[in-house]
Amino acid sequence: MSDLKKIKDEFLSKLNGKLDISEINQIKSDLFGKSGLISTQFKKIGAIAESERKKFASDLNIIKDELQDLISSKINELESAEINKKLEKEKIDITLPERSFVRGKIHPVSQTIDEISSIFSEIGFSVEEGPDVENEYNNFTALNTPENHPARDMHDTFYLDEKKQKLLRTHTSPVQIRTMLKDKPPFKIIAPGRTYRSDSDQTHSPMFHQVEGLHIDKDINMGHLKGCLNYFIKEFFEVDKIRMRFRPSHFPFTEPSAEVDIGYEMKDGKIIIGEGDQWLEILGCGMVHPNVLKNVKVDPSKFQGYAFGIGIDRLAMLKYGINDLRAFFDCDYRWLNHFGFDPLDVPTNYRGLSR
Amino acid sequence: MIITFDWLKDHLKTNLKEKNLLEQLTKIGLEVESIERLSVDKELFKVAEIIKTEKHPNADRLKVCDVNIGENEIKKVVCGAENAREGLLTIYAPQGAIIPKTKTKLAVTKIRGVTSYGMLCSESELNLSNESDGIVELNKEFRKNIGKSYFSKSKSNLIDLSITPNRPDCLGIRGIARDLAASGFGKLVDLEEKKIHSRNKHTLKVKINKEKGQGCTAFGSCLITNVKNSESPKWLKDKLISIGQKPISAIVDITNYVMLDVNRPLHAYDADKIEKGIIVRNSKSGEEFTALDNKNYKLESGMCVISDNKGVLGLGGIIGGTRSGTKFDTKNILLESAYFEPESIRNTAKKLNLDTDAKFRFERGIDPLSIENGLNKAAKLIKKICGGEISKIDIQKIETYKTKKISFDPNIFEKISGFKISLKEMIIILENLGFGVKSDKKKLKLIVPSWRPDISQEVDIVEELVRISGYEKIKNIEPIKQRKKSTLNKFQKLFHFLQRSIASKGYLEVITWSFTDQRYNDYFRDKKKEIKIINPISSELGVLRNSVFSNLIMHINKNLDRGFKDLSVFEIGPIFNGSNPGEQNTVVCGMSAGKKSRLSWIEKDRNVDVFDMKRDVIQTLVEAGYDSKKFFIDNKTPNYYHPGKSGRLFLDNRNDQVAAYFGEIHPNILKQVDMKTESLVGFEIFMDNLKLPEKTLNDLKVKFSFSDYQKSERDFAFIINKNVNAQDLINVISSVDEILIKNVKVFDVYEGENIPENHKSIAISVTIQSSEKTLNEADLEQINNLIIKTVENKTGAKIRS
Repeated sequence: MSDLKKIKDEFLSKLNGKLDISEINQIKSDLFGKSGLISTQFKKIGAIAESERKKFASDLNIIKDELQDLISSKINELESAEINKKLEKEKIDITLPERSFVRGKIHPVSQTIDEISSIFSEIGFSVEEGPDVENEYNNFTALNTPENHPARDMHDTFYLDEKKQKLLRTHTSPVQIRTMLKDKPPFKIIAPGRTYRSDSDQTHSPMFHQVEGLHIDKDINMGHLKGCLNYFIKEFFEVDKIRMRFRPSHFPFTEPSAEVDIGYEMKDGKIIIGEGDQWLEILGCGMVHPNVLKNVKVDPSKFQGYAFGIGIDRLAMLKYGINDLRAFFDCDYRWLNHFGFDPLDVPTNYRGLSR
Repeated sequence: MIITFDWLKDHLKTNLKEKNLLEQLTKIGLEVESIERLSVDKELFKVAEIIKTEKHPNADRLKVCDVNIGENEIKKVVCGAENAREGLLTIYAPQGAIIPKTKTKLAVTKIRGVTSYGMLCSESELNLSNESDGIVELNKEFRKNIGKSYFSKSKSNLIDLSITPNRPDCLGIRGIARDLAASGFGKLVDLEEKKIHSRNKHTLKVKINKEKGQGCTAFGSCLITNVKNSESPKWLKDKLISIGQKPISAIVDITNYVMLDVNRPLHAYDADKIEKGIIVRNSKSGEEFTALDNKNYKLESGMCVISDNKGVLGLGGIIGGTRSGTKFDTKNILLESAYFEPESIRNTAKKLNLDTDAKFRFERGIDPLSIENGLNKAAKLIKKICGGEISKIDIQKIETYKTKKISFDPNIFEKISGFKISLKEMIIILENLGFGVKSDKKKLKLIVPSWRPDISQEVDIVEELVRISGYEKIKNIEPIKQRKKSTLNKFQKLFHFLQRSIASKGYLEVITWSFTDQRYNDYFRDKKKEIKIINPISSELGVLRNSVFSNLIMHINKNLDRGFKDLSVFEIGPIFNGSNPGEQNTVVCGMSAGKKSRLSWIEKDRNVDVFDMKRDVIQTLVEAGYDSKKFFIDNKTPNYYHPGKSGRLFLDNRNDQVAAYFGEIHPNILKQVDMKTESLVGFEIFMDNLKLPEKTLNDLKVKFSFSDYQKSERDFAFIINKNVNAQDLINVISSVDEILIKNVKVFDVYEGENIPENHKSIAISVTIQSSEKTLNEADLEQINNLIIKTVENKTGAKIRS
C-alpha cells in the first residue's frame, strides 16, 4: 500500500523538477519498462489476497494513469519548446521577391473573335471557316461581282498568278459560297478570319480580320437582320441601349444592301459607344442577292436571308480604346502586354464577355 | 461626286435647309462623305501676277518670285515650279490659308535661307484637278481680277457624296434631285429641252464599224459652225468653280457643265481638224495618239477609238486627242454624244491606266436615251455663248436600246423587307423615280427608266421601295435564343484550346501577316515551294509564309532592340504549301529567346533550352487529350533547327504525320539576322496532323480504376553506349511487364570519370504495382532480375554495381 504511494510521491516530485528529454525517457523506462517499478507492481496483482486485490488494482491504475499523463505532457512541452526554438532560427525576410513568373496573353483580336463567337452562339449561329487563298470565282464571280464590275475596284486584291485566278481573299464572303455549296439550307453561320487588301496606311493594313454572317431560311427578312445586328452590337459593347442607323448602300452580293452606323460620343478623347449624337460606320449587310443563291444551287424562290460583314479589328479598337490599327500586327512586347488578355479570361455566356 | 445645294436647286424646288438635305441624302443611300465649308476658307486664295523671278541663291531648282497680289502689294514667294515665270497669272495663298488638298495651314517659312511669304498653288493643291506639275496658269482675262479672290463667294458648301457604283444616274445633279424628290424632299423641276430645228445639213460623215467587240453602239453628233470660242460667262464659271472645277473655255466648260448637270458626257472636236469624217472602230495594235492630258498612248488592238482618215482622234468615252481639240481660235466644232459599252471602257482604261470623269461615268453606264437631249442642251448653250449655226442632229446606231420590263409582285416587298406599305405608295414612289407603272391583276408591270442600268429584277424594285420609304421603317425582330447545332466543331475547339493552353505557359500571342520577307522566308522554307505574290505591297512582303518562324524571328529581334531580353511569343495561324485554295496548314508556332531565369537571388541563371520547348509541346498536347505514353520522338528535323538539339514528335508511331517540331534555332540563322541573345528556341505544332480525338471528354471519364495495393520503387543504373536513346531504354524496361510496371523515370544521366569512353550512365527509377495483391520481396526480386537481364540483352547495357 505505502509502496504505491511512495513510488507516486517520489516520481511526481522527480518529474516536476527540471528535466531534459533523455531524463524523462529514463524515468519512463524506470517506471514502465519491462522491469519498471509500476510494471513490477502489476505483476504482483495475482499474489495479493482476494479481499484487497480489487482496491490494489484500482489504486495502481490511477497512479499509472497519473504518471503516464504527466510524462507525456512533459514530453510534449519539451518537444514544442524545441520546435519553437528551431523556428526562431528559421525566420526569413519574406519581403524578398518570389520566384519569377511570366504571364502569357491572348491577342485582342483573338479575344474579340471569341467574344463574337460567344454572342452569336447564343442565338444559334455556328462557326465556319475557309482558306486564305481563294479562287477568283468564290471571291468575286459567285458573289455576283463579275469581271469588269466597278465594285472590284473597291477591293485592291493581292494575286498569286498572272492570270489573276488565285488571290488572297479580300473579304470573308467566299465562306458563304463554300458553306452553301457544301450543305443544304437552312444556313446559320458566322465566319471569322483573315482578309487581305493591298492597301497600307494609318487606317488600313494589308491584312485585317472580318467576320461574315449568313442566315438563310424560308422567311428570313430585313427585320431579322436588324434584330440580329442590334442584339449583337448591344451584347458586344456590353451596353443596355444603343443607337443604330441602317442606311441604304450597295454591295453586289446583297440586295437590298445596307450600311450600319452606331451612335457615339467623345469623352476625354475616348470614344464612348452608345447614345451619342455622332455616327460611326461599323458594318455592311443586306439580303443575299438571288443571283448568289442561284450560283450555289439554292432556290431563291424558296429560300432567302441575310448576310453581313464586320471588321473585327475595328470592333476591337472601339471596344478596347486602341487607336492604331497597325499596332495589332507590330508585335511590340509592351503593346501586347498592355492590350492582351489573360488566357483564363475566356468569354462565355454565363460569366460574361469581359471582367 | 461633289455637289452644292445651290446647283441642286436648279432641279429641285424646296424650302428645306442644308442640314435637312444632308440627312436626307444619307438616308436614301447617297452617303455624304464630307462637307467643305467654302465661303470662309477659300476667300484667301487670290489671283496674282508674278512680276519678277530670280534664281534661289542656295537651290538650283527654286526661284524667288516677286508677286503682285493687288493694291500695290508685292510679296516675295519661294517657288519650285518650272512654269513660274515673269508675267504669269496664277493663284496666291497667303499666310493662314488652308491648302484644300493637304488641309495644312500656311505659315511664313524660310526655305533654304530665303523667307517665303505665302505660296503659289498648283491645281492639285487647290483640288481643281490632279495636275500637280507646276502652278496654276490663268489666262489674261484674269488680269482685271488681280487681288481678288479666285473662288467666287458662294453660300453653298461643297458636299462630297460617295455614290455607289450601281448608281451612275446620280453622277449628275439631276439624278440626285430626282431621288430626293421621290423621297419627299422637294419637287423635281420640269426641264424639258426643246429640240433643235435646223435646216443646216450635217456635212461630216460618221460611221460606226460593225466589228467584233465594237465598244460604241450609238454615236450622235451635230456640227456647229462659225463659233467664237471664248471665256465662259460668269454664271458658268462660277458654277464650275463652285464645285471645284477649273473653267477652261466656253466650249469645254459647256460640255463639262452638261455632264455634271445631267450626267451626259459629251466631246467637242475642232471640225476643221477632222480629215473627211469620223470612223468609230477598233484600234490596231501599235497605233498611237496624244491625248488631252498631253501624254502619248500606244494602243493595243481592239480598243474603241474615234478616228478619221489620218488616224486616231481619241479614245471613245475616255479621253480626246490634242490633234482635234478645241482652242480659243476654233471656228467649227463637231459635238459628240455617244453610248459606249461599260466593259469596253473599263478594259481599255485599265490597260492604259487612264481615269477620267467621262470614263468613270461610261464604265458605270450612261443613259442610252440621253444622246439627243445632251446634244440639244449643249448645242443651244454654245450657240447662245459662242454664236454660230447648229446643224441637224445625226445619230448612227448599230444597236437599238430595248426598254427593260419587270413584272413585280407587290407581295414580295413585305416578304423581303418585313414591313408593309400600300400599293398606292409603291406606285407613287416608282413613278417619281421615273418608272412606267401599270397595274395588271395582282402584279405591277414596270418599265425601268433608261438611266437605271442597275435594275433588272424584282428584288431591285424592293430595294428602291425600301430605300425611298426609309430604312428606319424596318422592324427590329429580336433573335430567338436557340441553338440547334454546336457552335464549334472539333477542330475549332482544339484550335481554341491550344491557343489558350500555350498562352497559359507564358507566351504572348501575336498576330503577324500571312506574307513575309522572301529572305526571312528562305531561312525557314526547308524544302517547301516558294509562293510569290504578283503584286506585293512592298518587296519585303513578297511571299506567302512557309513557316511562322520568319515573322516571329523578325519581331523578336525588334523587341530585343527595344531592350527586352527574355521573350516568349507564339502565333496560331496559317502557313502555305502551295498557291491553290486549301494548300495551307494551321500551326501553333512559338519562340523563346534569352533566359528562363535571370539575375535572381533565389534561382541560378539558366538559358531557355530545347527541353523547355519539349515540355511546353508535350504538356500542351497532354492537356489537349493526347496520350503521352504513345508519343514517339526522334531527332530528324528541318534544316532551320540545330541538328543536334531538336526533335520531332509523333502522336503514335513513326508512320504517323509529324505532330510537332521543337528545338534550338540553327545558329547560322541567328548570325544572318544579326540577333544577339543567349539562346533562341522554338516549336511548331501542326494542327492538321493532330488526329482529332474521337472520344469526348465524357467517354474518357466513364471508367475510373486504380490500385490500392502497395507500390514499390526500384532504382537502377545502367552503363550504356552513348548512342542509345533514353527513350529506347525506357521502352525496353516498360515492355518487361506492361501490367506491373507503372512508370519508368530517368533521374540522372552521367558521362565522364569512372565511365568508359563512348558510354554514359543512366539512372532510372521504376514503379511497380499490382492491381491484385501486394507484391512480396520475391515477386519484386523476380521483376528486378528480369529488367536487368532484358536491358542487358537488348541494349548491350551493363548494370552498374
